Amino acid sequence: MNNRRSKFLAAPYALWAAGFILIPLGMIFYYGFTARKGGFTLDNITAIAEPGNMKALILSLILSLISTIICFILAYPLAWILANMKFGKGSFVIIIFILPMWMNFLLRTLAWQSLLEKNGVINTILSFFHLPALKIINTPYAIVLGMVYNFLPFMVLPIYNALEKIDDNIINAAKDLGANRMQTFSRIIFPLSIPGVISGITMVFVPALTTFVISDLLGGGKILLIGNIIEKEFTQDGNWNSGSGLSFVLMIFIIISMILTAKYDTSKEESAP
Amino acid sequence: MKHTIQKIYIGLILILLYAPIATLIVLSFNASKTRAKWGGFTLKWYGELFQNEAIMGALTHTLLIAFLSAVIASVIGTAACLGILHMRKRTRTIFLGITNIPMLNADIVTGISLMLLYLAFGASFGFSTVLMAHITFNIPYVILSVMPKLSQMNYSTYEAGLDLGGSPAYVFFVIVFPEIFPGILSGFLMAFTMSLDDFIITHFTKGPGIDTLSTKIYTELKKGIKPEIYSLSTLLFLSVLILLLIINLKPDKRKEMTAQ
Repeated sequence: MNNRRSKFLAAPYALWAAGFILIPLGMIFYYGFTARKGGFTLDNITAIAEPGNMKALILSLILSLISTIICFILAYPLAWILANMKFGKGSFVIIIFILPMWMNFLLRTLAWQSLLEKNGVINTILSFFHLPALKIINTPYAIVLGMVYNFLPFMVLPIYNALEKIDDNIINAAKDLGANRMQTFSRIIFPLSIPGVISGITMVFVPALTTFVISDLLGGGKILLIGNIIEKEFTQDGNWNSGSGLSFVLMIFIIISMILTAKYDTSKEESAP
Repeated sequence: MKHTIQKIYIGLILILLYAPIATLIVLSFNASKTRAKWGGFTLKWYGELFQNEAIMGALTHTLLIAFLSAVIASVIGTAACLGILHMRKRTRTIFLGITNIPMLNADIVTGISLMLLYLAFGASFGFSTVLMAHITFNIPYVILSVMPKLSQMNYSTYEAGLDLGGSPAYVFFVIVFPEIFPGILSGFLMAFTMSLDDFIITHFTKGPGIDTLSTKIYTELKKGIKPEIYSLSTLLFLSVLILLLIINLKPDKRKEMTAQ
């Protein structure tokens, strides 16, 4: 009896989700498949094949893949070290990575401009030691740096959570049964951390693929990513249809990563108590 | 040896994370108006900050939107968790799947989709459109931190409360709420932080009349950032840092509250 009524506590959220998550997504589909003057069309979708758009999409894919890989390489050892330090319930670790968000995201990225500029902080330090100057501002390298910097916490936290949950007894059991450190890692620890790795990858890849601010600030406004093109369609050209069409194409990539995450999320549920 | 390498590694990552923040703090004391050169130490911008109505207005909007959206998201999200817990497995999977959408979807797509929604319904863009957008992307953070606490809870204690004659609402506030409060609090803080740091979704859902700190900074990027913005960010950052240090250095119950 009571159970049936309790379900209705989710009603406000159900309404909210329908109104603000599902219907808006429907609007993107609607505009994406509608011509500006009305009527069904695929032109907004196929617009992705135009040279400028295709170039931006490919560049976005390359840069976001590189950033995701670098984030993973940096984050895994870090999460591993932090998990072994046993901070207890991890508030300290979470705080370290959440705290920078209290300094505005745009300002943090802008600060990299000051750091990387021709006469910026890093080059001043390098020239003091008579080292060659770092010339990466306004290049794709600076954009990758900005992506890694901004999205690294989203890779560290899920991996850290996954590693921290691993029961020490499992690791000890593996060692007792004669596994060496490499084997313990590759057969026990890494497989158990995969859900965290997968969610970290999506949490980094999706925002990196779709950003327009980082490329704006660190690419000198000359390097266009797919996010820049979509943003322009909406705010400058006022062309919602082709902007929606391109967003729809982006969503295909996002949906692929969501399916991957969902697949590994079920394995997480099974292991939960 | 091994520990030294580990410490150096953590140190390098922390430098990467905090170098831009240190830069901004230094810039807030820079007497020169441009970022490019150091013009000597000054506290001038801290004084002028409080006279700058545009910046103070943007700050008020930012904090108000962050607070309201986090509170509303906490209420809707916690209620939703209680409901979801009593659902059949399939309905629950669908609900949690939908909850994942704003988290996994790109901010630009979320922003655009909400903008199209507002346009279709002829909503006038302003404070309320931004607030509704922020509530939308904040609810998932609350659900994700309350849900685990709720499923860890022993359902029998709730039933025992009912058997002893408490009304469901009374039992909720006396027994369930204290149990899941750490989850709600961490969800609230997460939501507040996300709202505060958001630029992209606000960019698409705000009207011309209103600015948050993010959008204000974005419009100033082209003209050159006013140094007062650096001092404001420094103040915000330091106050949170101090607050967190106080909460975490006190080895009492409070420590558990911020932990997940």
